[in-house]
Amino acid sequence: MTFLTLTRRAALAGGAALALALSSLTPAMAQTPPGVLIVGQVAEPQALDPHAVTAVNDFRILMNVYDGLVRYAPGTLEVEPALASAWDVSEDGTVYTFSLRDGITFHDGTPFDAEAVVFNFERMLNEEHPFHDTGPFPLSFFFSSIQSVEAVDPLTVRFTLDGPYAPFLSNLAYPTGLIVSPTAVETHGADFGRNPSGTGPFRFVEWRSNEAVVIEANPDYWDGAPALEAVVFRPITDANTRVAEMLSGGIDMMVEVPPVALSEFRSDDFRIVEQAGPHVWFLILNLREGPFTDQLVRQAANYAINKTALVEEVLEGTAAVAAGPTPPAFAWAYNEDLEPYPYDPDRARALLAEAGVENPAITFYVTEGGSGMLDPVAMGTAIQADLEAVGFDVTIETYEWNTFLGRVNPGLEGEADMAQMAWMTNDPDTLPYLALRTEAWPEQGGFNSGYYSNPAVDALLEEARTATDQDRRAELYREMQVIVQQDAPWVFVANWVQNAVTSDRVENFTLEPSFFLLLDDVVKN
Amino acid sequence: MTRYILRRLLSAIPVLFGISVIVFAIMALIPGDPALAILGSFATPENVARLNADLGLDKPLIQQYFIWLGNMLQGDFGRSFNLNRPVLDEVLDRFNATLVLAGTSFVLCAFLGIVAGVVSAANQYGWADKGITFVVLLGISIPSFFLGMMMILTFAVNLRWLPASGMWPIYGERDLWALLRHLTLPALALSVVATGVIARLARSAMLEVLRQDFIRTARAKGVHERGVIWRHALRAAMVSIIPILGIQAGFVLSGAVYIEVVFQWPGIGRMLVDAILRRDILLVQGGVIFVAACYVLFNIVVDVAQSLLDPRIKT
Repeated sequence: MTFLTLTRRAALAGGAALALALSSLTPAMAQTPPGVLIVGQVAEPQALDPHAVTAVNDFRILMNVYDGLVRYAPGTLEVEPALASAWDVSEDGTVYTFSLRDGITFHDGTPFDAEAVVFNFERMLNEEHPFHDTGPFPLSFFFSSIQSVEAVDPLTVRFTLDGPYAPFLSNLAYPTGLIVSPTAVETHGADFGRNPSGTGPFRFVEWRSNEAVVIEANPDYWDGAPALEAVVFRPITDANTRVAEMLSGGIDMMVEVPPVALSEFRSDDFRIVEQAGPHVWFLILNLREGPFTDQLVRQAANYAINKTALVEEVLEGTAAVAAGPTPPAFAWAYNEDLEPYPYDPDRARALLAEAGVENPAITFYVTEGGSGMLDPVAMGTAIQADLEAVGFDVTIETYEWNTFLGRVNPGLEGEADMAQMAWMTNDPDTLPYLALRTEAWPEQGGFNSGYYSNPAVDALLEEARTATDQDRRAELYREMQVIVQQDAPWVFVANWVQNAVTSDRVENFTLEPSFFLLLDDVVKN
Repeated sequence: MTRYILRRLLSAIPVLFGISVIVFAIMALIPGDPALAILGSFATPENVARLNADLGLDKPLIQQYFIWLGNMLQGDFGRSFNLNRPVLDEVLDRFNATLVLAGTSFVLCAFLGIVAGVVSAANQYGWADKGITFVVLLGISIPSFFLGMMMILTFAVNLRWLPASGMWPIYGERDLWALLRHLTLPALALSVVATGVIARLARSAMLEVLRQDFIRTARAKGVHERGVIWRHALRAAMVSIIPILGIQAGFVLSGAVYIEVVFQWPGIGRMLVDAILRRDILLVQGGVIFVAACYVLFNIVVDVAQSLLDPRIKT
């Protein structure tokens, strides 16, 4: 018994000491320094070499360290000058000549010039290039239309394409088109991705594996030095932990806030920033076999699904209802007259009756989660319920993302009648060209997994890709959207509204429709 | 003794060889390939084929395996295509972090578990025994990742006493104090289940011993009750407690995977989870081989130590 009295006393003393020690910590905690922005990222970056990576997560860092020849004008997806001050496109749309800004240096002190631009594209595209082995460069096909790049003089560079290719400029504005320092690549070789050097508003300081990537202001930035002293990107893969860090003041900004956590941040201590982006969430329908070979059944599915409930209840307002295959973020190419299929279960039932199918049985592929897929399991279940309410008999099969892609991308024939999918692109050409043309059927190497085919759409997309006049392109895309909506090869569901939360100490922050994170104007008090 | 150790070390070679075959086969069998994971929605068959060629994944599997094995025997674990750095560097970095976390947790659960077990046994059916049994059962029943989240919510978000995640502060000194503050929550969360198991088993081991004659003799000779329990009984009970500690060390190490994910601890468990999700083949293979080698080595050390302590165990 003596033992117990002793421990009780000791426990009491120990507890009191611990409480005292902990309470003395309170004021020191949860204050990040002013001028230093700490960003909660969703994952560790793969590399800081813009030509070697594919993830939006990595792009968020890269866009602040590098510049491209061109970039998207703030708040839009239209191209404006960046490292190139002007450009000229030949009459036939195959030769692009860029005039480069003078006096710009890379963070490593070497000059930016036409030779540097040539080096960048040669490294990616020319297998003979001495630094091609610093790859692989998975997105280099963005520039596969380039036949040659030449330095005409130190401040002029000329690209010759193998044919007219209208998305070329917006591909240059994509992170794959960012310009890296040739000297840094020569010095670090395959380790360049961990020792990046660009011309951007921030320069690289250090990368502590699994802890942080630190970048600091570049005082000599050609477009004006940034307001922040430094930015720290912290990878926090678990969404709940990311929310907890934001609430406890360990980070100043987090991206991709889970919809269910948004309500936590509706207070004066936080700001929620939202921006719709070039994203479409849709259901691919199998037009080769099964009930969806009939256009009426496809339209019935579009009428049967309550998209408003999906975006407002399942996604808590983090998405908007999609009307067609092109997201409204491509303002110049979007058809404003397009109305989404309304939620009309009676109409859906009538269409099914007209098609002569009472209870079509369908297999529906759902993924557990993946890039741009939002909340696929909950959405899949809601969609199943809506479809069953009008008479469909829906069987869900759920797969992990990589497995899912491995099943869906080669085509739905023999697999399923319907599959979830989402795309985020940088040009209105990309998605329809890769996923709606007859020549984009999976057997020909495209993503048209539902085998949609309409010669009128094929012709419109071919012409829009080669037309050099943007107004003409816009007209063609608008026409395409009307036809595709009528044909209904997909169920058009949602456009993601990207969100971010910042603490009240962060000012001047906006999200871009491109989904890039641009921090050069951000202030932190 | 030297011969025994050598024999054990030699017998580890086929074990590690077998593991290398299994982990290679598993990575080759799971659906989805690295090119698909890298390219995401841009994964056209053409792009996948090109990238696979760049990554050396277009060769026959047998050939891939022997290239990997050959390189590994020369100390080259390859390069993680996802993190862009040598696999061995990454694995060693991460393993340090895991050792700090799992080591602390192990010390915590061994100490707390034994103390709780002894106190329980010494007060069998008393209020202390009932109280400890209740807490211990509660601890065993709560999944550690859930407990971790609740701890973050309480101590980091609401009270703001301790940081929510990470191993080091993003800014400021990287001293022992900073490490302890980051270590407290994950180490506690990780040790709870093992503490419970050790406490339960330590209690029954102690009860067994307390019924024996030499204890009655000690009491009859007028040894102080505290002395009887802590000096005589515990020492005897340790013989059956130590093997339990060995098993629990393994559980703590594997439990670290969940805790590392919840607390964003930069350890090897989280590394493997990320690497598997991204199909970072070389990193998964290298990491698993490394952990397996450590485990085999640890077992040899335990066996050798046991045979040194207890002459009845034949070398």
